[in-house]
Amino acid sequence: MGAEHLPASEFDIEELEQSLVTSDPADAPPLVQLMAPDGSLREDTKYGHYAAHLDGEALRAMYRDMALVRRFDQEATALQRQGQLLLWPPLLGQEAAQIGSGTALQAQDYVFPTYREHGVALTRGLELSKVLRLFRGVSNGGWDPRESNFHLYTLVLAAQSLHAVGYAMGVQRDGDDAVTVAYFGDGASSEGDVHESMVFAASNQSPVVFFCQNNHWAISVPTEVQSRIPLSNRASGYGFPGVRVDGNDVVAVHAVTRWALERARSGKGPVLIEAFTYRMSAHTTADDPTKYRELAEEEKWRERDPLLRLERYLRSTNTAGQDFFDQIAAEADKLAASTRADVLAMEAPDFEDHFANVYAEPHPLIREELEWHRQYQAGFAEETAGQAEGEAR
Amino acid sequence: MATMTIAKAITSGLRAVLADDPKTLIMGEDIGKLGGVYRVTEGLQAEFGADRVVDTPLAESGILGTAIGLSFRGYRPICEIQFDGFVFPAFNQITTQLAKIRSRSSGMLSAPVVIRIPYGGGIGSIEHHSESPEALFAHTAGLRIITPSNPHDAYWMTQQAVACQDPVIIFEPKRRYWLKGEVDTESAGRDAFSAQVVREGTDVTIVAYGPLVPVALAAAEAAQEDGNSVEVIDLRSISPIDFDTVTASVEKTGRLIVTHEAPTFGGIGGEIAARVAERAFLSMEAPVLRVGGFHMPYPLAKVEEQYLPDIDRLLEALDRSLAY
Repeated sequence: MGAEHLPASEFDIEELEQSLVTSDPADAPPLVQLMAPDGSLREDTKYGHYAAHLDGEALRAMYRDMALVRRFDQEATALQRQGQLLLWPPLLGQEAAQIGSGTALQAQDYVFPTYREHGVALTRGLELSKVLRLFRGVSNGGWDPRESNFHLYTLVLAAQSLHAVGYAMGVQRDGDDAVTVAYFGDGASSEGDVHESMVFAASNQSPVVFFCQNNHWAISVPTEVQSRIPLSNRASGYGFPGVRVDGNDVVAVHAVTRWALERARSGKGPVLIEAFTYRMSAHTTADDPTKYRELAEEEKWRERDPLLRLERYLRSTNTAGQDFFDQIAAEADKLAASTRADVLAMEAPDFEDHFANVYAEPHPLIREELEWHRQYQAGFAEETAGQAEGEAR
Repeated sequence: MATMTIAKAITSGLRAVLADDPKTLIMGEDIGKLGGVYRVTEGLQAEFGADRVVDTPLAESGILGTAIGLSFRGYRPICEIQFDGFVFPAFNQITTQLAKIRSRSSGMLSAPVVIRIPYGGGIGSIEHHSESPEALFAHTAGLRIITPSNPHDAYWMTQQAVACQDPVIIFEPKRRYWLKGEVDTESAGRDAFSAQVVREGTDVTIVAYGPLVPVALAAAEAAQEDGNSVEVIDLRSISPIDFDTVTASVEKTGRLIVTHEAPTFGGIGGEIAARVAERAFLSMEAPVLRVGGFHMPYPLAKVEEQYLPDIDRLLEALDRSLAY
């Protein structure tokens, strides 16, 4: 358990003096891609093996997941526009990054998401409408994370990356074979907690996969403001591998994530995956991308749409025909309808519930304030009853 | 019964929880071989191993954030923050994550993490080593905050904090680490979240906690020579506050002085004054007075004695209260 400390020679000053800087950290790493935007397959000697098990059925299932979560996302956006949700962070464009990575996980693995991992939630078997409780303002959580090994959304950027490492340190102590996955974005990669989580994960050689979706925009700020070097290159500074994968290629994302999980599971420590993708929609429904980015850029990425790419492959290889796509579309519409129904049925919680879970154990101030609140409310009830009585006379 | 210093009482308390529950572990900077900068964890790593007494990388947010993750996995981490002034890199994890997870998850998740922080001045140190930031944490719902003032409480409150299902911050009065006293290792006597009347009196109540309890007791002794009977309450718990014990005392004495090293503005003393005014206004013979730090960054060590509440400042407040 835990890392053996590096031998003293790793920090030997004489050796260091003899060494030369041989590479520029700003050099772009190769982009792992197994399926090109036109739907044709690419060879990759290192990662191709990790996608070899993906047969037609598996690829159709991945397409289905991506299509379902895209339709869900579209419905959630509509629900926000109609005043049924307070806010919504769309995942449009990031379906492959999320479905590709989520489907590589095993049941015992534990995910620590940000607030945009709706696709990963789907792969963990979470009923998607539960995610909307947070955005409807009826819960700050919405599900039991222990049922799906999918932690609650975390809105304070990168705080969850440390929780993922701590959880993995527990896994190590238990001698279990679970891996944790910390999701975060290019914007959050600047947060100190990402740095500290990578330091702790490396120091303990913990089974963690850092999954960074570089969607190019942190609200209005481009990735270039966050980093002068490719984000995946940062991993080498912590002493573990970093891989940049085409985040719109669901097959490549799946393969690279499987590789990283297997590596972490076998005790070789953390990996950073940078999924190179694009936020095709706004940061949230409160955002307006026309203020800060060019339409031409959006057009360019539309050509790289992750669903379109897999559809091209499925059609060109006769892995799926029109019937399949029609059936998926119908299923997606059904999901949208049930999502809408679920959201409309979500009622505001009782304010009193807020007193219940501030503490696990009895607390005199909570008891006192709850009592006061009840009496205050009861006063209104008496007043209303009094008025009704008065009107009746 | 055993006689020990506060520091060694904490060590003994930690040893007891490590021996009792394999899910407990201590995490912090320099706490392993060195035994911590105050030697509170001395010998524990040798006894329980490097996986139970963990020297972490030097990053406070990292310590707290990973402790929270460990707690989700069923562990009970006890984090040592080296000095009061160095807790702030972890402030985000403590206030936005640790304090809220139970509420956010509707009670499905708990994070029973314990945070030990040596606090307070009077040790002649450089800046960031003498602060009293307890009010900053007391303002956050979801946290419990306690502070022992003697070896017996140090021994038991450490164990009670670990046993608690809620996150608990223990502010340890670092200038009293070497204060010796009796520890009844058989019985705690009271729970960690209650106040204790440590000296009975009839004329004025002084509420103190942590490092100022011995100061308040000494002031009460001096007042006795002038014929004034002072009741001293050791608050022990800063969140929640045992207002029943404080109110009962004030109803008897009619006068209240609250003292802490932290600045009075926005502090615990103000909260106590407001609550006592609500509960015992008609028993009051004088306004509640506060004796505490000034509204300034903690002063330079060479002049810190002018900042810290001492016997004379308490007696001066006592005179004002009695003369009202």
